[in-house]
Amino acid sequence: MGKLTIGTFSSLVGSLSLDFSVKLAEAAVKKGHKVDFWMSGNATMLAKKGQKAFKDYSFLAKTIQDLIATGNFQICACEACAEARGYHKEDCPDGFIRKSMDWYLASTFDADRVLHIGGD
Amino acid sequence: MATKKLAFIVRSLPYKTEASRLALTHAIASQTVEIYLKDGDLVEASVSYVGDGVLNCLKGQQGMKHYGITTIEGHAKNSLLLDMRVLICKEDLNKFGLTEDNILMDAEDIGGETKANIVSYSEIQKEMDAATHILVC
Repeated sequence: MGKLTIGTFSSLVGSLSLDFSVKLAEAAVKKGHKVDFWMSGNATMLAKKGQKAFKDYSFLAKTIQDLIATGNFQICACEACAEARGYHKEDCPDGFIRKSMDWYLASTFDADRVLHIGGD
Repeated sequence: MATKKLAFIVRSLPYKTEASRLALTHAIASQTVEIYLKDGDLVEASVSYVGDGVLNCLKGQQGMKHYGITTIEGHAKNSLLLDMRVLICKEDLNKFGLTEDNILMDAEDIGGETKANIVSYSEIQKEMDAATHILVC
């Protein structure tokens, strides 16, 4: 089985690119692959606990927690991007990591594939 | 011991979204990635500007004056200071009527020795072909 590193800049709710990234991660983990999931910029919104499910908006928190529980999925938010948006360590959901951007680049080192979704 | 090459391809407009700035800050983060890797392993980043992305290279940006934030020009200068390989698409510069005089080509004023390269798109294609991973921003 392989390792996929996914990086995204796209926001929760404001863009469906983040939903696509999570769905791709979910599909990869279901196939037995390992996934590292990196969030920069507006994507760090996903690293905020207390999200509520509404029918009109994306709700990815449950999927993410299920993915973390598999042990084959790591999710990491850019610490500076999160802090700049007022999301602090205590706001971070359980199982999420917060690191600087070099964590992402290091993850690409042994990744079999890197998918970077760099738009907003 | 191995080196993995990451090609950051910047095609986003400056200041409209955060994408081009993040491309540069991520590329610059390659300088500290070794703390996560085994001795001798490296991640080497290059930055190529294509399409609207070439506008990130304009000289004289006023980000601090108008938005109170550092300029993308400043980050681009730092990438040159760190000897990063920087490619700027010649055809796309031509489309905007830009020349070497309009864009940031070096970081000499802060002690940098590396210069940006204005190249045809085919050279940027070669850069992508040689990369381990491509990151489009």
